[in-house]
Amino acid sequence: MTVRIQTADFDVSAEIAGLRRGNAKIGAVASFVGVVRDVNDGDPVAEMTLEHYPGMTEHSIEEIIAQARGRWQVIDALVVHRIGTLRPADQIVLVVVTSGHRGDAFAACEFIMDYLKTRAPFWKKESTAKGERWVDARASDDVAAERWRLKG
Amino acid sequence: MARDGVERIINAMITVLYFARLREALGTGSETIKLPADVSNIDNLRAHLIARGGVWADELQKTAIRAAINQSMASGDSAIADGDEVAFFPPVTGG
Repeated sequence: MTVRIQTADFDVSAEIAGLRRGNAKIGAVASFVGVVRDVNDGDPVAEMTLEHYPGMTEHSIEEIIAQARGRWQVIDALVVHRIGTLRPADQIVLVVVTSGHRGDAFAACEFIMDYLKTRAPFWKKESTAKGERWVDARASDDVAAERWRLKG
Repeated sequence: MARDGVERIINAMITVLYFARLREALGTGSETIKLPADVSNIDNLRAHLIARGGVWADELQKTAIRAAINQSMASGDSAIADGDEVAFFPPVTGG
């Protein structure tokens, strides 16, 4: 597995190619890309800044991937998450899961993303016309993560 | 444990980190403090910091504040020991 926290942008095609390289057992690749919206809670967003907890953030994502491996047939997984200042339409996060079959790849990819949203220590601060504001955690993200407790 | 053990506990030091909204409001991201004799877990430490008053009380009394010990999520009754890295932060908003 690979977990990277970086300020630089990422190339989705290159990341997927790197994860697949040399493994002909892979029959499915599921990926998710999170992108900065230009509006949040009704206000236009000019830019946002992402902060993390160096060390704990990486460990927590590795732990989430390990949990996914315990539940689905995952061949490999990659998470790249950006920090620093980002603007609307910029890529924020990439999750890629390779598997023998699509069901495992889809489920593991969604699980990793849902758990990352509620468990990995990142914090967003938005810059709007009203000034800067820290983004509040969403109850809907907790619900999204919680439903995996009920599913197999 | 006798004498050495007692001395070690008396001189116990911990690092406390603050992130995001907390870091900004408190005006610091990190401090090293002598572990008070009556502090043995996260709830005790939080109460100790709240007792500083002012912005410390305002921010750390918020129910949503999360804590970690040595980079693992912790709860109120999680034990704190000499040399630990303790962190307080708001609910996470990544992704």
